[in-house]
Amino acid sequence: MGRFQFYGEGLPAVAPGELKGRLVVVEGTDGVGRSTHVGLLKEWLERNGHAVLDTGLTRSTLAGKGLKAAKERHTLGGITMSLFYATDFADRLEQEIIPALRAGFVVLTDRYIYSLMARATVRGADAVWVRGVYEFALKPDVVIYLRATVEQLATRVVQTSGFNYWESGMDLRLGEDLYDSFVAYQSRLLAEFDRMTEEYAFQVVDTSASILTVSEQVQSILEPLLTPCVTPPARRRA
Amino acid sequence: MKASGRQRVPGRLFVVEGIDGSGKSTQLSLLQRWLESEGYGTFFSEWNSSPLVQNVTRRGKRKRMFTPMTFSLLHATDFADRTERHIIPPLKAGALVLADRYVYTAFARDVARGVNPGWVRNLYRFAVKPTTAFYFRISVEEAMKRIVGGRDTISYYEAGMDRSLSDDVEESFRLFQGTVIKEYDRMIDEFGLVVIDATGSIEEQQAQMRGIVAKTLTGARKTKVRRWVDFNSMAKASRQSHQAS
Repeated sequence: MGRFQFYGEGLPAVAPGELKGRLVVVEGTDGVGRSTHVGLLKEWLERNGHAVLDTGLTRSTLAGKGLKAAKERHTLGGITMSLFYATDFADRLEQEIIPALRAGFVVLTDRYIYSLMARATVRGADAVWVRGVYEFALKPDVVIYLRATVEQLATRVVQTSGFNYWESGMDLRLGEDLYDSFVAYQSRLLAEFDRMTEEYAFQVVDTSASILTVSEQVQSILEPLLTPCVTPPARRRA
Repeated sequence: MKASGRQRVPGRLFVVEGIDGSGKSTQLSLLQRWLESEGYGTFFSEWNSSPLVQNVTRRGKRKRMFTPMTFSLLHATDFADRTERHIIPPLKAGALVLADRYVYTAFARDVARGVNPGWVRNLYRFAVKPTTAFYFRISVEEAMKRIVGGRDTISYYEAGMDRSLSDDVEESFRLFQGTVIKEYDRMIDEFGLVVIDATGSIEEQQAQMRGIVAKTLTGARKTKVRRWVDFNSMAKASRQSHQAS
């Protein structure tokens, strides 16, 4: 018996028992610093002898490009968008994540089904329906949820990429401008994440501390889950 | 999300289902002609037709990138776009929406590909429940004769070649579509599909369809479409002059 399980019925023709590696999810809303921490984590893992596959939303070979193109046109309906993301996710799960786990990799994923479910729910999709759609997902070993308040997020976004249409949920018309909309939209997402924290046993990491402190905290959560790679001490020549 | 069937709309939704070569599209277009001549506003919507998803589908098919799951999810995405754009708005506007293939196509094909039946039924819960869904029932052998006689080739996915049932396209089509038919048959009671014997004459089938559709049209909106030439009144006038002579 392997450690891996699906949330529900699962993928046809995949025996989760054969999967070896570790599935590590980094979740959090826009601007919380996920990609920074995924990068740091990858470096740390490799330094410690673990092979890492990192992946994230809209990176699938099948649907990634099409999804990005569709989003540029700003004409996606809520359900259509949710299912487009689900297609992208399924492709990555089957073509990247599962093969890597089979080969014993640590799969590090920047977001997972939780972001996708939160976005769909905030756009009015039925929560039970969305959970049913994502039943084919693997249960990860750990979900690290990087948390920040809306105020902290807004400050960071201004300083980095600036507000954009989708991160501000402009399709939902929640506010007069990008800022108002960002605050309203991200607050709803945060509420959705808080709701999922218990349901999916998120490991919550408060991101108000320094990057270094946060990253050490993330490492200490992962450490006990990893197969140790003990490097023999370098021998001195006699 | 408003779950299926909860939409209270003035329009009607008629669906045709069946394997390729069952003649369902021919029947649907005849139905559309008739409804329009009766003065109803119709709107036609086809499976796998959303421009949004088209490129991804085409590329995925050409490069044979699909697994049963991604095939299923991408078609659901396409269908969602169709629902949000081409089905719900016309229904709200009181149109008679005519759909060539609907959720039952996904239920039949995806399950034939090994996808869990319960999962795929949940996936499509956002769909509007049709007024009437017609299932054009035909044997694989009969459908094969029509396809091979008409359109040139059987496509890779239509033949279920991705299932590795047989290296021979026709044999694979036979096996795969046979499973699809079994799934359709299972759905007759589950969803109350109206079965039309697709081996009957075109006229017989059309008459049967019109009879059933007519019963559901009480209270449906007629639209006065202004045309330069009014074919309806011309036809009426010619009928009257015939009767008179």
